Amino acid sequence: MKYKSQAVAMPYFIAAIGLFVGQILFGLVLGLQYVVGDFLFPSIPFNIARMVHTNLLIVWLLFGFMGSAYYLVPEEAETELYSPKLALGLFWIFLAAGALTILGYLFVDYNTLASATGNDILATMGREFLEQPLLTKIGIVVVALAFLFNISMTMLKGRKTVINIVLLLGLWGLAVFFLFSFYNPTNLVMDKFYWWWVVHLWVEGVWELIMAALLAFVLIKVTGVDREVIEKWLYVIITLALVTGIIGTGHHYFWIGTPAYWQWWGSIFSALEPIPFFAMTVFAFNMVNRRRREHPNRAAVLWALGTGVMAFLGAGVWGFLHTLAPVNYYTHGSQITAAHGHMAFYGAYVMVVITIMSYAMPILRGRQANSNKAQVIEMWSFWIMTISMVFITLFLTGAGILQVWLQRVSEDPMPFMMVQDQIALFYWMRLWSGVGFAVGLVLYVVSFFIKGKEPEAVAA
Amino acid sequence: MSGTFTKAMARNVFYGGTVFFFLLFIALTFDTMQGLPKSDNRAAITPAVAAGKHVWETRNCLGCHTLLGEGAYYAPELGNVYKRRGPEFIKAWIQSMPSNTPGRRQMPQFNLTDKELDDLVEFLKYTSEINTQNWPPNIEG
Ligand code: HEM
Ligand code: HEM
Ligand SMILES: [Fe+2]
Repeated sequence: MKYKSQAVAMPYFIAAIGLFVGQILFGLVLGLQYVVGDFLFPSIPFNIARMVHTNLLIVWLLFGFMGSAYYLVPEEAETELYSPKLALGLFWIFLAAGALTILGYLFVDYNTLASATGNDILATMGREFLEQPLLTKIGIVVVALAFLFNISMTMLKGRKTVINIVLLLGLWGLAVFFLFSFYNPTNLVMDKFYWWWVVHLWVEGVWELIMAALLAFVLIKVTGVDREVIEKWLYVIITLALVTGIIGTGHHYFWIGTPAYWQWWGSIFSALEPIPFFAMTVFAFNMVNRRRREHPNRAAVLWALGTGVMAFLGAGVWGFLHTLAPVNYYTHGSQITAAHGHMAFYGAYVMVVITIMSYAMPILRGRQANSNKAQVIEMWSFWIMTISMVFITLFLTGAGILQVWLQRVSEDPMPFMMVQDQIALFYWMRLWSGVGFAVGLVLYVVSFFIKGKEPEAVAA
Repeated sequence: MSGTFTKAMARNVFYGGTVFFFLLFIALTFDTMQGLPKSDNRAAITPAVAAGKHVWETRNCLGCHTLLGEGAYYAPELGNVYKRRGPEFIKAWIQSMPSNTPGRRQMPQFNLTDKELDDLVEFLKYTSEINTQNWPPNIEG
């Protein structure tokens, strides 16, 4: 660790991993409720479990992004963090707000929670991913602004590297687009239209800037490749991301009451969205091949390469699969969507956060890299989680193809629930793959507790 | 990626491209907002529809169902349920939940008042008349 204040990243990473475990537990509950419909009913109905699953995902990724920024920005700026105290205070506020919100979902009736937290004054709840009570949403904004102030001040008093600039652009964008979560008109079409300004412009816009910056940082560190080269790549990748991704929002404006011309704009631009993801993969492999040294942390290199490949598969390939309007007409809102959502979120954002944690955690704990034994366990967890996610995606895709066929394409369309019975086998297989994923995650956690001698760095 | 294409050029292309396409997106948004009254069925928005949307949101219906294809995929599409089932069926259905059939997916009992049920149905009727470019492909959603 070059700067003392980078240490505040550690609690953020630990919280991220803890919430990740919670997310997966609720994923298993959901997977079981898909096939044993009355499991845990009425204590935890499906909609509540789903809210916990998806909101934990978002919150732990935000913890991961913030931790990454606290680690990376001082090192890039070559100065101590502006205020480590503020960073630590925000950590506890954010953790308490997150925990209270999740407990609220689980133990308070959602309608009661809504009226108790000001939803009658400004209704923002009950929309996918944005289910948080108004108070939580305001809390998120306050924490985000204070966090941005802290890291922006850090960058301003130090070196303004391209990585820092791109990371900050992404994080500011994240906060700015979140503001649209407060806009919820009665007009359902407008509600949906601007809802995507949060969701799509996050994952296919500003988050890609964050992802590319984090990946570039780790690649510089583990390969020793010249910064000039990496920075040029970084600009090219984020240009491709925003040029395709902004208008690409149109792939959500096909069937929600918006004008028909979006079928052209949305199809064409979103069809180009895989390019930046492909570029990231090429970038990662290229840099590792041109490495100037063998970094002792081989696990971090594996995660970095894996992020490139899986993000391209999940976002690029599975996104392209259903992004053209004539295809999306049939697949919209089916298990195909769920398949893509899982692999894209895992491949891009889960993996990039794990990449930087894998690189930074050993350093935060006072060593260049973990012992060989610990790294081997971590690499096992990489393979088990990643392969399980591939299977989750494949089984959901199978379920989705059958669903679309039986319910939407065939001459004699079947009702939704009847179709669900027909494809239950795929849901069972998804559930077992999910159990595999959970095993991989347990191994990942275990890898932090394996001791042993630190491996030596070797020159290439 | 070397030689004449410098980092400064890459940076300028980034800022220029982003600003250009963002402005284009704003222009398209502006045009969409102008055109929406023709397709979004806003003439049908009454206080009952607004209240119905509030019921829809505060019971988190979207946590199991899709509405115009967005939401969760655990339970049927409801954007066209008004056309598929009609108002009376919808109300009776909500009131009779949960089915308690062993092993079957369960929908909670929300204890809605008669007014809340009527509002919800009005909201679903309004939704079913939004021009969705003929989506879903058939009545099963
Ligand atoms: C890492 C980047 C990405 C993530 C995390 C992601 C995630 C998601 C999620 C969670 C949904 C479901 C939203 C909902 O609940 O309604 C979704 C929908 C969709 N995504 Fe992505 N996505 C990514 C990139 C892409 C890309 C690059 C494409 C196109 C090439 C794409 C195409 C689509 C389409 C067409 C839908 C709508 C599906 C439908 O009609 O039901 N996505 N995405
Ligand atoms: C044990 C593994 C997992 C299982 C069994 C599981 C199961 C599920 C289920 C059943 C749903 C609800 C689908 C519906 O609405 O009908 C869901 C939603 C979702 N899960 Fe998972 N999940 C798992 C792991 C993950 C992971 C690792 C991620 C993130 C990388 C993730 C991200 C999501 C997202 C983004 C949604 C919303 C999808 C959408 O709207 O299209 N899940 N999950
Ligand atoms: Fe999208």
